[in-house]
Amino acid sequence: MQPFLDGTLSDDEVATAQRHLDKCSWCAKRYHFEERLRHYVRIAVSEPMSPDLKARLAALRTPLDA
Amino acid sequence: MSDTAPTTADARKLAQDARDRVRFEEEALELSDQVYRVARRLVGSREEAEDLVQQTYERAFRSWRQYTPGTNLRAWLLRILTNLNIDRGRRQQRTPQTTSIDSNEAGDYFLYNKLESQVSDENPDEERVLERLSQDSIVEALADVPHDFRDVIVLVDIGEFSYADAAQILDIPIGTVMSRLHRGRRILKKNLADGAVTG
Repeated sequence: MQPFLDGTLSDDEVATAQRHLDKCSWCAKRYHFEERLRHYVRIAVSEPMSPDLKARLAALRTPLDA
Repeated sequence: MSDTAPTTADARKLAQDARDRVRFEEEALELSDQVYRVARRLVGSREEAEDLVQQTYERAFRSWRQYTPGTNLRAWLLRILTNLNIDRGRRQQRTPQTTSIDSNEAGDYFLYNKLESQVSDENPDEERVLERLSQDSIVEALADVPHDFRDVIVLVDIGEFSYADAAQILDIPIGTVMSRLHRGRRILKKNLADGAVTG
């Protein structure tokens, strides 16, 4: 299931996995749970960069006349 | 005899060099939000993450010629960042301890089973299950994953890097990325489940 979620399976393998999920509600429920969990975690731990750091990084650029 | 010809060529080369450099810096800066987002979860505090990102850009701008145009610039920046992070004294962990959930086949669905068991029969809506996890508890659960495993989770699940990119960034084989990811996600889910009890 993890390689399927990670998108690392071949087209044939994806088709096989998809066929299985279509008829197996036990796996389908867990698959959708994993999918949402991953999305949920990604959103929850995403913290935007401070404007201060952004300004500091921009200041590192080489001056155009250099 | 032809002193001016090479000079003109040199000047043209210098001008091209300057343009390449400006473009590199612009492209790198456009990725800074994404680089920071990953950095923030690789280290413990916001201050550390900011220092690390700043040092990364300082080094990247110094050694921009080592970047091969057309390759994944975000992965190149993260490679610098993880190297700096290791230089800052973070030691590579030795053999990670095997926890009981590793040998448990049900480990993959530990969180699912736990959260599902808390949902009442009258309201078995799966969408509600995840809402029982607070943002803080998720951040904490991730921070509590041992860093060798956390690095891989952060790169693949948060940074959305491929296994191959994560392997290159961390300088470990792809197979190791996959096994750490698998075990790391189990540990994360175990932590989330533990946090969900009190939450």
